[in-house]
Amino acid sequence: MTETEASAIVARHTDVFQRPLLERFRAALIIAAVALYMVFAWWLFAVGQVISGGNWDIAGSYLADWVSYEVRPDIEYDGDALDVSFPRFSPLGDDPKPDWVVTETATVERRSATTSAAAGAGSGQTSGAGFLGSLDTKPAAKDDGGFLGAMPSASTPPETPTANTAPAEPVATREEAIVSADVSFGGDTHIRVQPGFVTVTHKGETLELDIEEQIAVNARGPLPDWASQRAPGSKVIARFGFAGRAEIEDDEVKIRRRFLGWENFFFDTRSPYWGMSAGQVLGTILFGDRIEEGRSNLAVAWDNIVNNADWQHGDVWLKLLQTIVMAFAGTVFASLLAFPLAFAAARNIMPNRFINHLLKRSFDFLRSVDMLIWALFFTRAFGPGPLAGISAIFFTDTGTFGKLYSEALENIDDKQREGVRSVGAAPSSVQRYGVVPQVLPVFLSQSLYFWESNTRSATIIGAVGAGGIGLKLWEAMRTNQDWENVAYMVLLILMVVFVFDNISNMLRQRLIGRQ
Amino acid sequence: MTATTHSPLLSEAGQAVERHWRELAGRRRLYTIGGIVFMVLAMSGSLWFANESNAGKFFDRLPYLFDFVGQMLPRDGWEIWRALFDLPSPYDDGSLKYNYPDGRIYLTETFYLPEYFYKMLETINIALVSTLIGFGFGFVLCFLAASNLTTRRWLRFFVRRFMELLRAFPEIVIAGFFLAVLSIGAVPAIIAVSIHTIGALGKMFFEVVENADMKAEEGLRAAGANWTERVWFAIVPQVMPNFLSYALLRFEINVRASTIIGAVGGGGIGEALRLSISRTHEAKTLAIILLLFCTIVAVDQLSAWLRGRLVGRQAFEFGRGG
Repeated sequence: MTETEASAIVARHTDVFQRPLLERFRAALIIAAVALYMVFAWWLFAVGQVISGGNWDIAGSYLADWVSYEVRPDIEYDGDALDVSFPRFSPLGDDPKPDWVVTETATVERRSATTSAAAGAGSGQTSGAGFLGSLDTKPAAKDDGGFLGAMPSASTPPETPTANTAPAEPVATREEAIVSADVSFGGDTHIRVQPGFVTVTHKGETLELDIEEQIAVNARGPLPDWASQRAPGSKVIARFGFAGRAEIEDDEVKIRRRFLGWENFFFDTRSPYWGMSAGQVLGTILFGDRIEEGRSNLAVAWDNIVNNADWQHGDVWLKLLQTIVMAFAGTVFASLLAFPLAFAAARNIMPNRFINHLLKRSFDFLRSVDMLIWALFFTRAFGPGPLAGISAIFFTDTGTFGKLYSEALENIDDKQREGVRSVGAAPSSVQRYGVVPQVLPVFLSQSLYFWESNTRSATIIGAVGAGGIGLKLWEAMRTNQDWENVAYMVLLILMVVFVFDNISNMLRQRLIGRQ
Repeated sequence: MTATTHSPLLSEAGQAVERHWRELAGRRRLYTIGGIVFMVLAMSGSLWFANESNAGKFFDRLPYLFDFVGQMLPRDGWEIWRALFDLPSPYDDGSLKYNYPDGRIYLTETFYLPEYFYKMLETINIALVSTLIGFGFGFVLCFLAASNLTTRRWLRFFVRRFMELLRAFPEIVIAGFFLAVLSIGAVPAIIAVSIHTIGALGKMFFEVVENADMKAEEGLRAAGANWTERVWFAIVPQVMPNFLSYALLRFEINVRASTIIGAVGGGGIGEALRLSISRTHEAKTLAIILLLFCTIVAVDQLSAWLRGRLVGRQAFEFGRGG
């Protein structure tokens, strides 16, 4: 192509080659405007401030909680000895002796007055959490002379917190006590706790800490990058990534060891089946002796699963069923009511303009007053529970269905109606045989679509008090400790939504054929 | 039907047809009756269960429903007006119920924005920001999920599943998680709504892209354009009107969604509404409902008008719930 030809083309199509400036830079202008707006929004919502103020450490551990659990033993310094204790509702059950905590015992002389001070100085645990839960003078049934071999001999416990009330006389006693604890975090990560001295080994580096009880924690040498200390002498926090962390304080070492998985998912620690493998459980159910009088082992197992204290399976399933019922009943009621109303609202079926308009505006009203408002309103009226959810979905969707149905009715093919009318059918027969067969598949398909999407909405409005799994989910999130339960419920919801999505798609395809 | 009265006159073949028709009609009736019986059983079971597990029973609570409606009426009609525009109330007794002027947000010395208008604007901004974020990410992802543009099957599969996950993951959980991390405010709401929007818009977008006319793309391919150029010059101009109209539709949904997320701690008008309903501040509640109603109607109308200009009168209403 020569230059003259090219310029001839340019001259012929000026509208393509010489577009107005505004049109040429429209995309850039729009992008610039959006970017400006985003800057404005950043300022309006103080996004930078909020994000930098966020507690991202906690976010990591919350996320890890979704798929894992922590075991939290505390090792307290107790003069020349140590106290290893687990919180009362530890996932390892009462009196756990995990093999990753190795203790050595020796005979030491101790004064009871110092222990009561140590117990009193324990940091922010909830009262009644039972610091010395592991020392609850259990009968020696579980005595295996294992790692905590000193335990049975502690039948005269050093001091339980209840004894704090009595004036402590400094009585010196000689007894077996733990003098060294070695906690393994898997791999080469270890913490070795001795009275007055803690060694942390991680990634081939070793951190040695001198403990002045109740006074200070001092490191020998510089801290490795996985350990941190806010101020000299204050507690040292060692982080081992997913494996957990340890807080070395001046009165105790707090161990947080994390394990992958959902702990005690089927049986909680009080269940007789707790700690059994799947084969053992099956064996006990099928062939084992009766655990409880008057009930089969299967019934006991089922009862223990449903009433699992950590996971509350029974309650979660019930709440999930409530959510499903909310979506189902709300959608069905709305369809049933919208069906006749849509006929009255359709211009081509009901000739009265006033009624058409009145109905259409009321549909708009029901739809535009949001599902949230209806949910809050009915929660006040009926109390929290699925009735409020059903009513909220019913009110909103009556509006939506009324609008969709009446639009579908206004778009029908008139020939069928004329045919039925021409043979002298009564008005009701004209609707039944001339209109309904055309629109019923469309109506049903729209209802099915909304049934599926309402299952999702019902979860959300549940959280504002309309009952169902949404409320349960919200309560679990509010405690900030049950993120594994949240994950479980989310998984159930995703499964239900997936199944309903497929059922609704399948039914719709059978009704209206593949588009 | 009347046809049965003629059966003696039918020929052999006619009787066969008649018999066959009756069989079909009978089976159809059976299915219908079976379906209705199933629905009735399922519904009564559902309702019984819902009633049993509710805090208050339906028939016990029904009379109180109307009491509650009565409680929602303010002392006089002008109170709603005063609550809406933060005007001083003649009933002011120092309680939270009548402290309308306290919420004023002064822009200048004398000019103020009433509290609920400010909150409503906050909610609209949450919805707008989330829609824009969702549009941006959905725009990038949709071309990777479209079978006519991405030949690598694993990439398509991965992107589609990813978008499905974003869409199906309950918004309330994302909001709850970020509320725990970032404390109460609008940012968790933005994150939650955006994540859902990316999935929802991405799905709609890639369906539009798959239906695009590929002739322009072939032309560019013949001229030696690379993938980005082909997408940008051949596909984007075709699909942009549809993209924008879906984004507008999504904006309508997001205004509602951010109101709901607001009610569980995400800031904005939703929070104000939940608080005033639970404290039975009737004038404030009605003012908020009125404002919310007008806003939703206005947003719907505006978006319907813009969509009408963009793609002509197409029925996009269907599918709004997703």
